[in-house]
Parts: sequence; structure tokens; C-alpha cells
Amino acid sequence: MTKIKSLADLRNMKADLQSKIALREKSDNPEGLVQIKVAMATCGIASGAKEVMEFLIDELDKRNIDAIVSQTGCMGYCYAEPTIEVTLPNQEPVVFGYVDSKKADDIIEKYIKTGELLEGIIPVNYEKID
Amino acid sequence: MAKFKTHMLVCGGTGCRASASDVLYENLKKEVKEKGLENDVQVVTTGCFGFCEQGPIVKMIPDNTFYVGVQPKDAADIVAEHAIKGRKVERLLYKDPVKKEHVPDSKHMGFYKKQIRIALRNCGLIDPENVNEYLAADGYEALGKVLLEMTPEEAIKIVIDSGLRGRGGGGFPTGVKWKIAHGVNGAQKYVVCNADEGDPGAFMDRSILEGDPHSVLEAMAINGYCIGATKGLIYIRAEYPLAIHRLKIAIAQAREYGLLGEDILGSGFNFDIELRYGAGAFVCGEETALIHSMEGHRGEPTFKPPFPAESGYLGMPTNVNNVETYANIPVIFNKGAQWFASIGTEKSKGTKVFALAGKINNVGLIEVPMGITLREVIFEIGGGIKGGKKFKAVQTGGPSGGCLTEKHLDTPIDYDNLIASGSMMGSGGMIVMDEDDCMVSVAKFYLDFTVEESCGKCSPCRIGNKRLYEILEKITKGHGTMEDLDKLRNLSNVIKDTSLCGLGQTSPNPVLSTIDNFYDEYLAHINEGKCFASQCKDLIKYEIIPENCVGCTACARNCPVNCIAGERKQIHLIDQSLCIKCGACMEKCKFNAVTII
Repeated sequence: MTKIKSLADLRNMKADLQSKIALREKSDNPEGLVQIKVAMATCGIASGAKEVMEFLIDELDKRNIDAIVSQTGCMGYCYAEPTIEVTLPNQEPVVFGYVDSKKADDIIEKYIKTGELLEGIIPVNYEKID
Repeated sequence: MAKFKTHMLVCGGTGCRASASDVLYENLKKEVKEKGLENDVQVVTTGCFGFCEQGPIVKMIPDNTFYVGVQPKDAADIVAEHAIKGRKVERLLYKDPVKKEHVPDSKHMGFYKKQIRIALRNCGLIDPENVNEYLAADGYEALGKVLLEMTPEEAIKIVIDSGLRGRGGGGFPTGVKWKIAHGVNGAQKYVVCNADEGDPGAFMDRSILEGDPHSVLEAMAINGYCIGATKGLIYIRAEYPLAIHRLKIAIAQAREYGLLGEDILGSGFNFDIELRYGAGAFVCGEETALIHSMEGHRGEPTFKPPFPAESGYLGMPTNVNNVETYANIPVIFNKGAQWFASIGTEKSKGTKVFALAGKINNVGLIEVPMGITLREVIFEIGGGIKGGKKFKAVQTGGPSGGCLTEKHLDTPIDYDNLIASGSMMGSGGMIVMDEDDCMVSVAKFYLDFTVEESCGKCSPCRIGNKRLYEILEKITKGHGTMEDLDKLRNLSNVIKDTSLCGLGQTSPNPVLSTIDNFYDEYLAHINEGKCFASQCKDLIKYEIIPENCVGCTACARNCPVNCIAGERKQIHLIDQSLCIKCGACMEKCKFNAVTII
């Protein structure tokens, strides 16, 4: 990594990073990329988020689904850990709770492949600032 | 397989279920099937939307139409009108209480979302181990602006104007604290982040460090520039290994990018951060004790003044702020003091993160604007009390706080109202209790914690709390007298007035607030030898109701001390002299033949 030497550099870098992310989200690929965030705070990990994340990475790869699986912090739904957020191309993110590898399998087969929702999804109940 | 065009999300939270959302769900499914739409429209249940007041809720995807107060009979209309003809069912739309107009979709319902995430803005959004994701989310922009475009005085003024108060519990205005530290001269000044989160049930600081460590580093650097410090220290408990791991990664990445270190962003300002580990002592959340612990001394508080701003770490001017306080700082610079000050109440600005725990459906971490009511937090965001039981109290502020009851449900939550109600903000733990909780035992639980955590330096705290605990124990064993109640009050007041630090000065709060709010329960324990919640083992007795007992022997077989006698098909009997009151018999009995008296 090179050092960021000025505020202008920082802003250029931010713009660059943001456009890369935007590009990733609005990929030309008609099927697009599936993005999955796994809540990996202590509570999530304690409930098995690591195993779920590994399962997702392995299985999406095996089933030839183009996806980015990344870790993130606590989403706040501690009662329903492990929680994951799935964003299909051009759609709003959906949060799933109580995800074990069986449920993760359902999510891949049903939601990611056919857009069918699973029972018990968690409505996002907070406002984001931008 | 065809993809669904429309999804109907039916709220399956407790509140909506109570008003027949499960029947509604079945009806919607039936209608969809009858109209032959099962390949186009999917009906699913969801968790609580937090809008229980106007339930049952149905949300349509993808157009986000938000229907409220939907009855089972409305299913036909929703399917026929919305799903088939694509027209919204006007009469079921949410009505704006001010404008008296129907709101077409949830995006226009500012009111519906009770939570605003400022301190938690990046938690659950970015990868905490990747600095690039933080940079893309406006990361270090605030630091750049402060270093290159503002004087320390100007930056401090912004923090003062924002009205931000310390989120660690005390609520001291952050900007004022910075101004004091700025005004003191010293060869080397220090910025310290207090990550010694010790309240039972509170975990917001850990979540912030685990989910967004860079926001704390950025804020500390800003703090350093404002007060003229070049060194930052994070005092974190060793029990938080994941937070430590992610902080280390974040510090290394920030150094590589030159966002920590020398000549940050070409401004000539140097700042670096190191970690200091605590052993998990509650008293080390107190800033003087924390500083002594960092210096390698015993974690004991010392008298203030001198305040750390004058003589802190290694005798140098030191500014200590809590994790959540720091997490707010970058946003204040990016969005402006006015924006921040527009959220919250007159004297408490912005939001507060609470850890909801106890007998509540949606246990979790929430961030709400100051001034929200307990009712909204518990019954809307929290989804109400578990198992449909009755709400009894909520404990805020941990071992230093108190209990709030039904009469406080509609009080706006802010620093001053909580203190006026006999509790305090604390770090933001909220433990919800229902009718099965004994308030004398709750007070005893917190006292047990303080006795354990008292550092022992001053006698009111060391000896006084122990005596309080013993009196409470006496009451829960059924040996209490009315005189004990007076003693509890008097001793509590003495401890509050004479203890050296915040730990002792607030430790009797759980006792005083439970006496004030649940005086009846204390009286019942003392005068009648009764515990309403059946929690005090010495005051209850398990007995078998002869009429209900069928002699199945389940209780006798499961009794760990073999104190239940009785042959098969004969009425059983509990030997009270041997019973340890574990409740196993009651749990195993399928005929409701075991009762507590």
C-alpha cells in the first residue's frame, strides 16, 4: 500500500473505491453478482457464522454462482444469529436470520437461484445515514 | 423455474400474530392459489417490523407498499387489486398522522423507522478488516478536513455545537472536555479511548470495535489534533479478543496508508495509537482507575481534582472518551454540528445505542434518537415481552442504574430524564424484566456484582455494599424486618455521599430504586414471607395437589434429592425438610399437579 499524502489524494481514492464498488454492483453481467454479507461479530461467530460463511463460499463456487461473500460487523439482530444479508442484482438487500448450513443451502437454492423468499426474513428496522 | 414477480411480506411478530396475522397469511396464500398466481406471487412471514401499534402489517415487494391494520378478510382485496390489477388498496395504506394523507410506500414513512444508525453506521455494512471499505464509506474524510481546513479551536467548537455528550454513562459534554484538555499545557498530551465496557448486558462498544474499528481510530486522531496530543491509547479488556484482533489490523492498515503516523495527509500532524489491555475489572471503567491501570499500577481510582485533563497518564494532560462517543465524531464533522444537534432532545443530542436484553422478544443492539420512549423501544423495536407475559420493569445503567417501571414507559429517554426517574443512562444496557422477576433479588444480584467489583480502596464502598448485600439476603430468606428497610435506605445514602468514585457513589441505586418503585414487594417479603415472583427459594414451597396427581411417578423419578414419596397410581408427597426447591418436579409433571405456595 502506498501512503495517502493529502486530502485530495484521499478524496480521489475514495471516489475510485466507490466507483469500483458501484461497478461491482451494477456489473454488465446480466445475471449480475450476488452479494452476501455475513455478520461476524463475537455473537455471530459464537452462533456459527464462520461455518456458514465457509459453507456459502464453497457451495456458491461449486454451484457456479458468481458471488461476493464478505464479513461485516453486528447488524443488531442478536436474537437471530447467525444473520446474513443477501443482495441480488438490482434488488434491495434481504436479511435472513438463524442461518445454519441447511438454511444457507435453502437460501442458495431458493432465494439466490429463483428469487423465492424464505419464511421468517428479518425486516430491516433502522435508517441508514448517508 | 419462474421467478416470482411479487412478494407479500406478512409480519409474523408477536403483536401482529395477536391480531390474527397468521390467519391473514393463510388467506393470502389461499387467494393467491385460487387466482392461479402461485408462480408469480409469493407470500411469506417475516420477523417484527417494529410497527406493532398499527399491525398486522403487509409489505409488498418490489414496490414497498406498506399496508397497515390488515384484517384476514382484506386478503381478497390485496390479491385482486394489488397483485392482479396493480392498484394499491388505498384504504389499507398507512396514513401520515400530520398530513392526514395516505403514504404510498415505506420509503416515504420517516416515522416508521424508529432507529437511526450513526455510531453503528458501518456495522453490518462494511468489512471491518478492509480499510478500503471504510474509505469508500467517507472514512478519514473528517480527519482530512479537520487537519487541513480547521484550527483546533474551530474543530472543538463544532463538537461543542453538536451537543454530543459522553456515551460512557456520565454524559459530560464532549466538546467541553476537549476544550479543557486543549487549554492545559504539557510536554506530552494523551488521548485515551475507554473500551473497558463492564456493565453486565452491555456490548455496544465491543460491537463498534468489531464492526467499525477505523471510526474510533479516526476520531481519536481528530481528538489528538484538537487537544495537541500525538499519542493515543486504547484501553481494552482482554476478554474482547475479536475486537483486539480487528483493532490491530485497523491500526496496521491506517499506518500503511499514512493515516496514522507522521505528517498525516501532509498536514504536519503526527499521531499514533497503541493498545493497552485491561484484566476486566469494572472499576477500571472509571477514568482515574483506568489511567492507573495503564501505568501498571493497581486499578484504583484517585480523588478528582486533579482531573485527567490536568494530570492524567504519566502525570500528563489526558483526554478520556468512550468508544461510542468517538464513533459519533467523524459523522459530526462530515454532516455538520447542526445536523447532529437536530436529532434528539433539547439537552441530549444525537442517538444512543442500547443493548436490549432480558425478557424481550428481539434481543439485540439498537440505536435510537434521544427522546424516544421506553414504550417504543420495548414494544415496537423490541417486539414486546417474551411469552406474552406482563412487563414489570426495565433496568438501565447497569449496576449504577435503577429500575424504570410501567409509569415511566412514556417518559422520553435522555440523560436528564433518566436521572430524574432514579436511574441513569450508563453505557446503555437495558435489561427487561417481566412478572416472574423478583425485584429484591434483582437488587441483590447487582449488589453481588458491586461487592465483587469494588476495588476496596474506600470503606463506604468496600464495607457498606457488603452490608447492603447481607441485609438484602436476609430479606430474601424471609428474616427481614421493617427496621432493615430503614437501614437499607440510610446506609445507601451514606455510601452515595461518601464513596470516592463513581462506582461507590452509584452502587446503591438499584437498591433505592427498587425500594421506591416496588415497596410492596419488599413489604411482602418482610411481613408476609412471600415472594410474588416465586424466585426466593426460602419463601416458597412446592406441593402436590392430591386431586390432580395420577401417580405417574415422573416427579419422583426426576427429583435429584429423592424427596418425593409415593407408589405408582398413588398420590405422591414432597418431604419439605429435604426439598431443595429446584422445580424439577413441576417441570416434569404433565398433569399440573405440582404447585408453588
